[in-house]
Amino acid sequence: MNDDSLLDLEFEIIGGDFNQAGRVSTRLKSILKEVGFNPQVVRRVAISTYEAEMNVVMYARRGVLRFKASPQRISIVIEDEGQGIENIEMAMKEGYSTATDEMREMGFGAGMGLPNIKRNSDRFEITSEIGKGTRLKVTIIAGDGTRS
Amino acid sequence: MVSKGETVETNKKSETALVVLTLREVKEILNCEVLVGEAQLGMEIWGACAADLMSDVLAFSIPDSLLLTGLVNAQSVRTADVAEVKALVYIRGKKPDAGALQLAQEKGIPVLASNFTMYEACGRLYLRGLKSAATIVSKNE
Repeated sequence: MNDDSLLDLEFEIIGGDFNQAGRVSTRLKSILKEVGFNPQVVRRVAISTYEAEMNVVMYARRGVLRFKASPQRISIVIEDEGQGIENIEMAMKEGYSTATDEMREMGFGAGMGLPNIKRNSDRFEITSEIGKGTRLKVTIIAGDGTRS
Repeated sequence: MVSKGETVETNKKSETALVVLTLREVKEILNCEVLVGEAQLGMEIWGACAADLMSDVLAFSIPDSLLLTGLVNAQSVRTADVAEVKALVYIRGKKPDAGALQLAQEKGIPVLASNFTMYEACGRLYLRGLKSAATIVSKNE
């Protein structure tokens, strides 16, 4: 952790718990607002982490979201233990989905999650192993950082 | 009498002008019941997004816009909160469940309910000049 680190946080996400889904990302959003990050940056972080959190809830047993922020750069790593993604290239296509009816009833599973995360990030890295889980790293440049 | 040229000019203006409605006007246009946020009806709405798929809302909404949806669970409110959507209208006589209402109260997001179908609700707002959030997003990109 370097000197200008503002935040270094870790949250647990429980798979299958649809009632709690979204709590981590909305909590993170409140923290970023309080710290005073640019509202557009806050919105991009909130959307990315919400989609990622929903993916863990829908497809994994559990997951961890690690969040680090300096005034210039935000780094989010979401690692889960779950079924993994069979075909990442397909999963990145808008509209491609392996969601169940239950997931769709929640308003998710339309095949927009990963593309939405990528659209809101400056750097997007994903690796996955079938039967083990998925690791997603998102970097968002905070521009001129926090508001003075 | 309006000449042909003047009519074209008027249309051009209506295409570019950004219409802002208050939530009170939205309530009247859609004949809504206010379930949360009676005191917030003076707020300004800059655009609208209509979807039952929350990822579409995350992709195509803008801050300070209105979300029209038929999804009644808490994820509709959480999505509104994440995307900075200012107010929610549930359509087709649908009412949000208890979890959604409680979350809306906690987050201070007004919730309205209309008996119009999604199609008619959107049409009525569009006729009054409220732009699609997606149009505003693409113009800003």
